Amino acid sequence: MITFQSVAKRYRSGREALSNVSFHVAPGEMVFLTGRSGAGKSTVLKLIALLERPTRGQVVVGGEGTARLPARRVPAFRRRVGVVFQDHRLLVDRPVFDNVALPLIVADSSLKEIGKRVRAALDQVGLLGSERVLPAELSVGEQQRVGIARAIVSRPPILIADEPTGNLDPVLAAEVMALFRRLNEVGVTVVVATHDLHLVKESGLRAIVIENGRIAGEPDTVLPTIEARR
Amino acid sequence: MSLGPVSYLLRHAQALVSSAGHLARAPFATVFTVLVMGLALALPLGLDVLVRNVRGATSDFSGAVALSAYLHTGVSEPRALQLAATARARAGVGTVTLITAAQALAQFRTQSGFGAALDALEGNPLPNVLAITPLATNASPADMESLRRYLAAWPEVESVQLDGAWVARFNAILNLLRRSLLLAAALLGVGVVAVVGNTIRLEIQNRRAEIEVTKLVGGTNGFVRRPFLYTGALYGLLGGLAAWMVVEASLRALAPAAAQLAQSYGSRFVLAGPSIRDLQFLLGVGTLLGWLGSWLAAARHLARVDPGSG
Repeated sequence: MITFQSVAKRYRSGREALSNVSFHVAPGEMVFLTGRSGAGKSTVLKLIALLERPTRGQVVVGGEGTARLPARRVPAFRRRVGVVFQDHRLLVDRPVFDNVALPLIVADSSLKEIGKRVRAALDQVGLLGSERVLPAELSVGEQQRVGIARAIVSRPPILIADEPTGNLDPVLAAEVMALFRRLNEVGVTVVVATHDLHLVKESGLRAIVIENGRIAGEPDTVLPTIEARR
Repeated sequence: MSLGPVSYLLRHAQALVSSAGHLARAPFATVFTVLVMGLALALPLGLDVLVRNVRGATSDFSGAVALSAYLHTGVSEPRALQLAATARARAGVGTVTLITAAQALAQFRTQSGFGAALDALEGNPLPNVLAITPLATNASPADMESLRRYLAAWPEVESVQLDGAWVARFNAILNLLRRSLLLAAALLGVGVVAVVGNTIRLEIQNRRAEIEVTKLVGGTNGFVRRPFLYTGALYGLLGGLAAWMVVEASLRALAPAAAQLAQSYGSRFVLAGPSIRDLQFLLGVGTLLGWLGSWLAAARHLARVDPGSG
């Protein structure tokens, strides 16, 4: 489903965020992407969501190479990847319904379909009934769940999340992770970037560890090393 | 995902309502932008209305374009009548009036105040005159010159005087004004496009986060551009409406003075405002210019807003 092959990413500033990164995520798999802040986790997610293109190497997502994908096909590509951000990136002047409906609106779904799917997505994140509420009236955890509802409303085959539990207390963090697990159980490929090693270890899922823009090794051996450095 | 025609129209209606909502939420900025556009559009419209009013007020100037053919003093009145009939038969000639030497002297006597002095004259020194007015369709300078040469060639004619040269000059001034108006309209149209373009540029900057999120979830440039195009078109429409109101208000303010001036010339002329067709044209042009300005700004600036760079 997601393949990185000898991928390097150098930003215009000259900073090399990734260097020779290779990994594969199978369809229907849920993996963690972990490492310290600035290690390159967010860059990997940006490459998956085609918010950035690799400088070298190949990124293949859902069978499509992103390096040379024509600009006109980028919107359709992005609709197949749900993205959850740590800072939610909600439209503060729009109610919850409009925020969640956005991916369906840009995909020109019918109004009936939009209403049905938005309510289903809000039901999944436990926010059914909050359609007309503005994001500012919600707690941080609820805002995060609105962000998740927006990411899953169009039922993308791939869901990526950048530090989705970063601003949440342990109880809410566990709830969000449980939601990701449920989505994964119905076949969604999930990639979660987090620096919370406890969360990674507790999940028992595969983790791809990144250090200084490189794959650091297998998690069982690398995680204790990272922990020891903290 | 399929989109039926009803949903498609609803989607556009939503974009239109959303754009109108954005304008309503920033009333001061909207009013100032619309006012600037209104004034820019009002100037060519006002000039056009002015030119048309002047043309209307001077429409009977065609009667002022006339020729006076002065006959030799020896030409008798019956011969003068024959010449008048010949002139009348020429194509393009409207009316021919014979002013006899006796009539001219009598008129001069009453108007000049030299009655007693004229009594001292032994005979009538004035000639018979043919006052010739061309048809309105044959009053161009070229037609008038042709008629003048035709009459001057008659042996009975001593001289031919063109009485309406000033009207030709006046019409030339009006034509110059009309061409200036077209130039001003074109320049101010560019100004309107620039005003809308700049406003939309600022709007894009203010809504950068929203645009980034929309692109992030798969919104195309066309989808993102849509509300900005509606915003620009609405600015243009409202600007056109403002221009119409400015011109109407100006005409109402000028109407009493114009009526007073007309009255002093014994005319019933009243200032005519823009017609419904003018209003339709103005709103259409305003909307088009607004749309164009927003399209140019959106095409240039939206491509630079990308969720990856955020």
